[in-house]
Amino acid sequence: MLNTLTLKQALDLLQAKKISIKEIYGDIRQSLSQNERLNVYLTLNANMETDAESAVNKPLAGVPLAIKDNFCTQGLRTTASSTVLDNFIPQYESTVTKKVKEVGGVVVGKTNMDAWAHGSSTETSQYGRTLNPRNTDYLPGGSSGGSAAAVAADMCIAAIGSETAGSIRQPSAWCGAVGLKPTYGRVSRYGVVAMASSTDSPGPIGKTVEDTAILFNHIAGHDENDSTTSPQVAPDLTKALNQSIKGMKVGVIYLDHPGLKEVAPLVKKELEVLSTLGAEVEEAQAMDPEASIGVYTVVQRAEVSSNLARYDGIRYGNDRSFFGAEARRRIMLGTYTLSKGYADKYYLMAQKVRTLFLQDFERLFKKYDVLVSLSSPGFAKKVGASESSSMFGELEDMLLEASSITGLPGISVPCYRDEKTNLFLGLNIMAPMWQEEKMVKVADAFEKNTEWNTWRNPIGK
Amino acid sequence: MKKIPSGIRGEIRLGSRCKNINMSEHTSSTLSKYELVCGMEVHAELKTKSKMFCGCKNDPFRASQPNIYTCPVCLGMPGGLPVANKKAIEWTIKLGLALGCKINLFSHFDRKNYFYPDLPKGYQISQYDQPFCIDGVVETDLGPVRIHRIHLEEDTAKLQHKTVDGQKVSLIDFNRSSVPLVEIVTEADIHSAEHAKAYTKKLRQIIRFLDIADCDMEQGGMRLEANTSLRHPGETNLPQYKVEVKNINSFRFLEKAINFEIKRQSEILDAGEVPAQETRGWSDDKGQTFTQRAKEDAEEYRYFPDPDLPPIRFEQKQIDEIKDSLPELPDKIIKRWFADFDVETKNSDLLIESQDDAKWFEELFVEAKKAGVQPNALANAVVNKKLIIAEPRQIAQTIKTFQQANQTDTVDEAELQKIIAEVIAANPDAVAQFKNGKTNVIGFFMGQVMRKSGKKLDVKQLNASILKTLSSGQ
Repeated sequence: MLNTLTLKQALDLLQAKKISIKEIYGDIRQSLSQNERLNVYLTLNANMETDAESAVNKPLAGVPLAIKDNFCTQGLRTTASSTVLDNFIPQYESTVTKKVKEVGGVVVGKTNMDAWAHGSSTETSQYGRTLNPRNTDYLPGGSSGGSAAAVAADMCIAAIGSETAGSIRQPSAWCGAVGLKPTYGRVSRYGVVAMASSTDSPGPIGKTVEDTAILFNHIAGHDENDSTTSPQVAPDLTKALNQSIKGMKVGVIYLDHPGLKEVAPLVKKELEVLSTLGAEVEEAQAMDPEASIGVYTVVQRAEVSSNLARYDGIRYGNDRSFFGAEARRRIMLGTYTLSKGYADKYYLMAQKVRTLFLQDFERLFKKYDVLVSLSSPGFAKKVGASESSSMFGELEDMLLEASSITGLPGISVPCYRDEKTNLFLGLNIMAPMWQEEKMVKVADAFEKNTEWNTWRNPIGK
Repeated sequence: MKKIPSGIRGEIRLGSRCKNINMSEHTSSTLSKYELVCGMEVHAELKTKSKMFCGCKNDPFRASQPNIYTCPVCLGMPGGLPVANKKAIEWTIKLGLALGCKINLFSHFDRKNYFYPDLPKGYQISQYDQPFCIDGVVETDLGPVRIHRIHLEEDTAKLQHKTVDGQKVSLIDFNRSSVPLVEIVTEADIHSAEHAKAYTKKLRQIIRFLDIADCDMEQGGMRLEANTSLRHPGETNLPQYKVEVKNINSFRFLEKAINFEIKRQSEILDAGEVPAQETRGWSDDKGQTFTQRAKEDAEEYRYFPDPDLPPIRFEQKQIDEIKDSLPELPDKIIKRWFADFDVETKNSDLLIESQDDAKWFEELFVEAKKAGVQPNALANAVVNKKLIIAEPRQIAQTIKTFQQANQTDTVDEAELQKIIAEVIAANPDAVAQFKNGKTNVIGFFMGQVMRKSGKKLDVKQLNASILKTLSSGQ
């Protein structure tokens, strides 16, 4: 089945003409119909095969990609999983999808997500939840849950997601895929439905570290339409593959958190491989991640309340009565924290604590090349788990929020699989800003020297 | 944006300045009981080529159709992101420097959140606590007006309420959406309607002279707002209320609106009440201001730094470069023209519309002087439209035309004195009138002398001669 190919494999075979567009899309189409129950795609690109045929000589050779539904795609419905945008067909292309298309990537379809990216389960989607392909009793995580599930279910070759705090890494961890969250400002946000503008970071979700590195290379870099993108030239992350990690200093954080009692020993054991490969691994003390929940919640709600103000139904889309419960909650909380008398207490205080986190990471990165933690406090949660918890996402993303509010890059790679449930844990590897190559180096080494990547090591073989 | 620290405003004593101002009877009698406390907010659309936060053409008034200069950014489409227009920032700083402001080396854009159909993003990108320019001053004949701040923001779209096919509809034209807009906020230094007018006229002159905005008031390219309240003379605290009069699109209406407010507010105060804190509009049809809405506090806009736009940092060197590029400003030119050419301020004021004009008239005056023509006479003729300058304007030709139109005959001084004496002797009644203070009979004498001499005489000279004779005869 060609849909199970990694991006690297697919590119090699397509470029060598050993497989055809027709063959690979035949298998993709089959997978789409077999997995319909997962509710991965909200809108399919009816022209995917013809788009691919005309792209075959380009660097991405027409490979089928899944795109999170918050990226504007010209002529292809974009809803951000909210019925407010039920009938919205963008007149323009986001920078990321434009770049991907220019080099021959093809959009299979737009993937389900938490509505407006609010959540870590896909359960706030107004088009129904996505199921975890590894075990359909469980959630895929979110907000890029559709993109991570599309990868895990081989309904695409690779995917694009976006992370505000955990939305790439957490669903990648839960679905046993690889998710790379670039440095804030490395990848353009132009044309991405804004969630929290100061932390939104588009990035790749793939089957291997190598796949995410390849995709990263095609989407990273300055964009004149996004003034928060860095003018620096992005590194070639494929150069960080197959490198020795000997002598690299790895700081392990958050594993002693009381909420991680059950999974911490499993991960500690897995980290031994890094020492075996010559890295210096030690536990490090970082600022309490629970403080980051408050900071992130306040900053993100404030920005959300402002970013969603444009959806008034006047120029496009449906009116505000179509907002779901989670969006309403966030708009109200954000409006409150920015209001007279409360801005100092909440918004400005959050910005101050944000600075403390920045300083803490600065301190840590003086000592360590990378920091590692778990991507999520535990395995995927059961279907329905988020419904009674309005802070579900914040708690599930607790270990990622500090790095998100400080703009750090991070990558999640599978680091454990529970045989009984077939659910995964993800290892989150973080690097200083603009130094993605460091984390990719460690992630690639970890992946290639452990058994957890199911594309490199198919289960049962 | 009206964040005026009360400490600063409270220090000003305004009462003494009111004395010499020529006011209508009503306002001057009112003002003996109350004094006006007034600050202004003036918006001007900058005439950069492109809009403030996107690449769309900035030309809302000349657009052939609505909604032709639009894009995902200025339409507030999902995923649209602003990119700041560097030219607009540079021009704002230029204006700040021209008004003697300090320039903040660190500033940023903020979101001002509110809902209105003409605001596509649901917030306006503006500046809150760190505007580009602070603490300047505009000198006027009626006293200085201190500038509190100048900041840069984006304009809104334009709403049109029409009836289409018998149905009342509201239409939105986004050609104006995100056009760069500077807002100039003064301290509460303005003490009369005339003062407000003098300030805004001077401000417009400077802005136009810098060539950064057209300030077309009828189209809304320049919009005036006056924050007014009254207090008893001698009081130094700010009144406990403030009435903002908005949407004023001419200097004349500004004057009328402020005078109306003085009357309205003083009547309320006389009745022992306090005027409501509110925003009012000006209706020229009725000659009245009217309630628009209760005033929102600045905090209700939930300002916060716009995360889509990185903060802006300047080196002092960059500011110095902009400062060095400033042209000589109208006030300075006016003073110099008076010193060098004897050109009166009232004439200079009207001639200096642009840097090109100033340069051309200066050359004209130099040449006029050389040709024995008084520059002020020339300036006066141009201002009074007695001399129409043909395009393309040529200096030599202009002077020649003026000379031809104003050629005077020479006359022997003794001969002239003789005729004057004869005319005075022949008109004892007129002489008596003159002595009773009716000085305008001088015109009658001048006419008589001209007729009698049969010559075209230099009016100024003749006037002086007759005056001298009449006065010495006393």
